[in-house]
Amino acid sequence: MSNEATLHSQDFLHHGHEADHGHGNGHDGHGHDHHHEETFISKYIFSMDHKMIAKQFLITGIIWAIIGAFFSVLFRLQLGYPDATFPWLESILGHWAEGGRITAEAYYALVTMHGTILVFFVLTAGLSGTFSNLLIPLQIGARDMASPFMNMLSYWFFFISSIVMMSSLFVQTGPASGGWTSYPPLSALGDASIGSKIGMDLWLISMALFVVSSLLGSLNYISTILNMRTKGMSMTKMPLTVWSFLFTAILGVLSFPVLLSGFVLLLFDRHGGTSFYLSELFVAGKVLPNEGGSAILYQHLFWFLGHPEVYIIILPAMGMVSEVLAVNSRKPIFGYLAMVGSMFAITLLAFLVWAHHMFVTGLNPFLGAFFVLLTLLIAVPSAIKVFNWITTIWRGNIRFTPASLFSIGFVSTFISGGLTGIWLGNSAIDIHLHDTYFVIAHFHIVMGVSAFFGMFAGIYHWFPKMYGRYMNQTIGFIHFWITLIGAYLIFWPMHYEGMAGMPRRYFDYSNWASFNQFAELNTFISFVVIIVFATQLLFVFNFFYSIFKGRKLTTPNPWNATTLEWTTPINPGHGNWPGEIPEVHRWAYDYSKDGKDFIPQTVPVSPDESGH
Amino acid sequence: MSGYLAVIVVVLIFVVIFQIAKASEYVSILKGEKKSREQSNRINGFLMIVFLVLGLIGVWWCHDLLKDRMLGDPASDHGEGVDSLIKVTFIITMIVFVLTQIGLFVFAWKYQEKDGRKAFYFPHNNKLEVIWTVIPAIVLTILVAFGIRHWLRMTSEAPKESMVVEVIGKQFNWYVRYPGKDGQLGRRNYKLINDANNPLGQDWADGLNHDDVVAPELHVVVGKPVKLIIGSRDVVHDVGLPHFRLKMDAVPGIPTTLWFTPTITTAEYRKKTGNPEFVYELACDQMCGSGHYSMKANIVVETQAEYDAWLAKQVTQFSQVEPAKEAAPAAPAAPADSTKAVATVTK
Repeated sequence: MSNEATLHSQDFLHHGHEADHGHGNGHDGHGHDHHHEETFISKYIFSMDHKMIAKQFLITGIIWAIIGAFFSVLFRLQLGYPDATFPWLESILGHWAEGGRITAEAYYALVTMHGTILVFFVLTAGLSGTFSNLLIPLQIGARDMASPFMNMLSYWFFFISSIVMMSSLFVQTGPASGGWTSYPPLSALGDASIGSKIGMDLWLISMALFVVSSLLGSLNYISTILNMRTKGMSMTKMPLTVWSFLFTAILGVLSFPVLLSGFVLLLFDRHGGTSFYLSELFVAGKVLPNEGGSAILYQHLFWFLGHPEVYIIILPAMGMVSEVLAVNSRKPIFGYLAMVGSMFAITLLAFLVWAHHMFVTGLNPFLGAFFVLLTLLIAVPSAIKVFNWITTIWRGNIRFTPASLFSIGFVSTFISGGLTGIWLGNSAIDIHLHDTYFVIAHFHIVMGVSAFFGMFAGIYHWFPKMYGRYMNQTIGFIHFWITLIGAYLIFWPMHYEGMAGMPRRYFDYSNWASFNQFAELNTFISFVVIIVFATQLLFVFNFFYSIFKGRKLTTPNPWNATTLEWTTPINPGHGNWPGEIPEVHRWAYDYSKDGKDFIPQTVPVSPDESGH
Repeated sequence: MSGYLAVIVVVLIFVVIFQIAKASEYVSILKGEKKSREQSNRINGFLMIVFLVLGLIGVWWCHDLLKDRMLGDPASDHGEGVDSLIKVTFIITMIVFVLTQIGLFVFAWKYQEKDGRKAFYFPHNNKLEVIWTVIPAIVLTILVAFGIRHWLRMTSEAPKESMVVEVIGKQFNWYVRYPGKDGQLGRRNYKLINDANNPLGQDWADGLNHDDVVAPELHVVVGKPVKLIIGSRDVVHDVGLPHFRLKMDAVPGIPTTLWFTPTITTAEYRKKTGNPEFVYELACDQMCGSGHYSMKANIVVETQAEYDAWLAKQVTQFSQVEPAKEAAPAAPAAPADSTKAVATVTK
């Protein structure tokens, strides 16, 4: 089926009665939105337009990000000011913060929710969900996703999952509190922890719904990219963003089901009397009947997703950063094929390194040695990418927009956090640093801060495409510099705490001679956290304010970029291009070629043009 | 009250930033987009180089400030291996860190948009790409080789002459079980656990259990390999030994092991650090519930004589269950023969 024919049949499903009018025929300037009445509900709520779904993912993600980050402020108050009391905490948390100091149970619930929210709801759904939806059809030249209906379902499963997770915050015994990894038996036995009662069930149900959402989305992204590229858009002409979304979706499709199976078994252990993860337990004064299960089995199932998950988070950020750096350096991305190749290598290796999270579980040391080798191997494609980004800006003509600043920040933090991965991937070092603050520093810098920087770069860069307006640049600059400096001030010193062996997930260090020496440092870190959090609110304000009051776009291609999304009208309707879908003749990175600032992908290659 | 003040101050700062931002947007429209872009390019380009310089100074300063607090002397043979590997990795990654960050920020500053500057059309260069594929690959191979060597050494079979000690975690404390004079640990069965007098579920039908001692502290002998058999009664815990640079999960139902040779006694470490209060601590390093942060056991590294004297003073668990039986041979603990306290590695 040709691309246009696919579009027709898809549109038939999609618009029913008016499918016969054919957009491939070059009607002048008929946007879809002129042709059918959209109610408020079909346009803003149960929308099947990929651009609206992207915005839904983004705004839901932003709300979650505020909640998740606020939780981190709350538990940083405990870590930074363990002796102080904050009466306002009692007014919002009630008996979870009696006397203005959060309880250990509340602390662990906050930590768990912070991790779950940021990893899954913000950096998976909010990042990949937003930009895969927005950019895949726009950049490959498609009118919408392969299945707009599934796409809509993907958001609404995410929404229901969000509601369930949110409701778990309000149950009497509190939300899950066994860490975002929820290792059994702690997470399997209500008697072992108050957070493993109803809160854990809600957590598992919410996560199961989340996996469904993720699969619906990913399958759609893959089929759209493979089947619906416009004429001339061969795979190697696709922008790196689309490549990164493709690899992300493949990772998700292959690894999320394993996580789901792990969760289902855990539910059985909780309520079905099975012993998949349980063996020889004595909890709350009682001998439990379970025998023969393996708590380690869960960890294998969890990390089989858990590790690809970090690449699910970072790959879209890598793709967007590549694009933003090329556009703003006015240079082609350096080593396009090497970039694609290294993303492919990362995708492949991502499935073969999960046990490096389990070096100290009693894993067979010989097996551990293999995982060391494979883990450090993944540093090679990562290194290639870093060198290529740096070469991309070398001898460029760089415009500093908030998007390009965040992209440079991304490369900086990706280097810093990636290098400590070489420490932790080596089991002989991990045996000391495992589950210490070193790990916190490592993954927050490399997948927390970096992924957020990639997301910010994406938001600032494609905001004009989403809303037809600019975000305020000055606030963007302030946002960038405070966040970059703050992120380093928060996480850099944690490496030293980790090297001293300071364990993570501790509510209070005052009883420990070995770790209490860092009390002042913890206060400093918490202080910076509060400033950085306030700065993010500035960004949120800028975002919502600019939707309604931002400076309006006067040109459809504000950044002088080559890719297809900028050939659509300033406010594209459903269907993206009012006329025919443009044909593609060249790759996405002809910047500063033959003395021309940029050559859009839609311009045919002239015979006297130099090759690349 | 001060809380409200703080909120008001933050809101005011927001309003000020917002007004400035709004004004600068209007100014840029008046001045023209090109002019205002030139200005913001200059400022951000300058900040790039400032960030780089201050950042690198900050990295140095932070290291200078915290270097004495981070590792200290490793107190085990394996710990020395870990520290040497950390040192090599630290040097290599620091070099890469400094060079790449300098490249990134210097290029960003140097190649900021200027009138008349033309970006260089440079889509790829196979030679360069091969170089920076091969060099990281070689360096990483070296690190892998070093790492695996240390790793296999640490996780190898414990030496025959090791003493064996069992460390069992429960919410939220540790039990350490020492074999008595027979040098062997008796059988355990979780169904026999009873917090009143049998916290580890020792099977009294097994005579090897009768002289086993259960204590809340881990006592080990300097210079003598010790093999820990690690387990858990309820959820996953982790035996974290920061001074010895080691760690191993305690998993219910699946015993794990860890061995090392302590090299510095507690007394020597006190002298070294000039801190008479110093104690080695065993920390739980795997989230295990609301009391996770308090799950501590002290470790005492001592000479063989001190260890023997300490063990002799301990009361066996068995004697607490059936004091009558134990009453007769109450003396045996006294001359606890050191050589016999050495367990064979049969478990």
